[in-house]
Amino acid sequence: MATTTIDRLEVNSVVPEQRTLGGIVWRQFRRHQMAVAASIILLILILGSAFVSYLSPYDAVSSNFRERYLSPSLVHPMGTDDLGRDMLTRLFYGGRISLAIGLMATIVAITIGTTVGAIAGFYGGSIDNVLMRTADLFLSLPRLFVLIIMTLLLRGLDIPLLQAAGGVGGTILVIGILSWMSVARLVRGQFLSLKEKEFVEAASSLGLSNMRIIFRHILPNATTPIIVAATLRVAGAIITESGLSFLGFGVQPPTPTWGNMLRNAQDEMLKGHLWMAFFPGLMIFLTVISINYIGDGLRDALDPHKLR
Amino acid sequence: MISFIVFGMIELTPGGPMAAFEENPNLTPEDLARLEEQLGLNKPFHERYIQWLGKILTGDWGFSQATRRPVLTEIGDRLPNTLELMFIAFIATLLVALPIGTISALKQYSLFDHVATLFAFVGQAIPIFWFGLILIIIFNVWLKNPVSPSTGFSWSHLWSCVDCKPLMPGGGMAPYGVDNPSILQRIQHLVLPVTMLALFGAGSYTRYMRGQMLEVIHLDYIRTARSKGLKESAVVLRHAFKNALAPVVTIIALDLPSLFGGALFTETIFSWPGMGRLFFRSAERVDFPLLMGIVMINSALIVFFNLLADIAYSFLDPRVRYE
Repeated sequence: MATTTIDRLEVNSVVPEQRTLGGIVWRQFRRHQMAVAASIILLILILGSAFVSYLSPYDAVSSNFRERYLSPSLVHPMGTDDLGRDMLTRLFYGGRISLAIGLMATIVAITIGTTVGAIAGFYGGSIDNVLMRTADLFLSLPRLFVLIIMTLLLRGLDIPLLQAAGGVGGTILVIGILSWMSVARLVRGQFLSLKEKEFVEAASSLGLSNMRIIFRHILPNATTPIIVAATLRVAGAIITESGLSFLGFGVQPPTPTWGNMLRNAQDEMLKGHLWMAFFPGLMIFLTVISINYIGDGLRDALDPHKLR
Repeated sequence: MISFIVFGMIELTPGGPMAAFEENPNLTPEDLARLEEQLGLNKPFHERYIQWLGKILTGDWGFSQATRRPVLTEIGDRLPNTLELMFIAFIATLLVALPIGTISALKQYSLFDHVATLFAFVGQAIPIFWFGLILIIIFNVWLKNPVSPSTGFSWSHLWSCVDCKPLMPGGGMAPYGVDNPSILQRIQHLVLPVTMLALFGAGSYTRYMRGQMLEVIHLDYIRTARSKGLKESAVVLRHAFKNALAPVVTIIALDLPSLFGGALFTETIFSWPGMGRLFFRSAERVDFPLLMGIVMINSALIVFFNLLADIAYSFLDPRVRYE
């Protein structure tokens, strides 16, 4: 016991602790055990989805009528579906689509939200008023209903890019367009307080253009809450996508997503094929709760008041 | 303003309002032009908007393309069912979330608090449509009504029984073919949908309530209330709870659009004959007049409830006064 204490003392006195920003954040993040566990689960899901074509001997789309409705076993850990396709394989292929849509829709939402919020917060006055009233208007729309109507409108427009792979592009676009408002409010709030700071005054007295001040000087100081909000938005987008696909207005089969696999299972489960309804939802649930915990951990880790 | 967006969406409808006539081979282009003039479709955007708004305000909402019935009649048939479901679910949500959030805050870091926090996180992460399916699997497919027509009551009938009915009905507002269901039957049909819808908001409201309560409970006036010898229950309920509630009311009101979304899933899964299910079926048939009508009604309800929340806020926090 005594020797270990001395060892540690010596180490501390000889090598001064290196403190980089990343190191500090990582140390804080590690304290949040749930967030670390959540990261591991999410990492497994992401790697599984990325490398499923090498890991699984089965195909996601082609049917195998000799193996329909097999309940979970060693060969098919999550059973097979109504067309004899391995559920686990399809879930990982579905993970590709669901995770990609969550990420891309968030990027769309963050881009719109940050731009709107930055301009509103920086310029203030009537520009702020118009932009924020627009955000309020979007917020008071019944979101899911408008999402479905927009999907129907996009289908009617016949744009190939948005309809490839069962409508992945269109789904990303509509979700992104309808979820930028909270980000805009957040960024606006940050800008309102940051633009009064001395470094902004210094930048503008140097004669820098407004755009440069907004994007090079103020925005980097507002990244922390944006990162946390973005993380949580990914979870929201994944739930929205699976909900849309569940109702049949998101990504269309045979492209698998967790949502449209659940839609398929809705009738099958009443015939007793319960696993078909259980596992896709479990995937959504695991992903979303992991992302939420990671967001929570990030919020704590990036909070400068908690640095030790 | 919302009406403006809805009108914009109608304008973007594939083919526009004339699509139905353009496919008719008996009509010449001249006929089409004359028809367009008759219907006032060749006027500029803003004139048509004002005309359309006038029709909406006087109750002329057009006809459903699928059923040929007036949009307002179709919606009017379903609206009470939706409001019934949403109202009961909303009350259930509050009855779960507010007490749990309050107790969580009062006993911060206790076992109860940890369990409640976990419950809230799980509740926020479960996709509600999946939760609905799970409810059906457990209470409709697995568990049976313990009263068997042939062998009578036994607890073991719950999970093994040949001729028993399911424990809970899996959908609808009443048993199939029954026009005037008894109160008991109606309650039975409400249990699962309400549970599903109540979980939707319960998780996040619990967190908000806990957060607000934690903020209030350490303020000076609470210490004052305690030190003048008030009972703990009076301190918590009259002084802390009421003041913590005000911001929560605002958040819940802002959250209403998502409650309508939740109702859409609930009604679809449990075949509840309400507005959400009507919307889902109209969307499958691409019946735009009905879809737009439902969005209009929902938006109006949301604005109305927001107004109610503002009034409730000024009641809970008398410092806020609206001019």
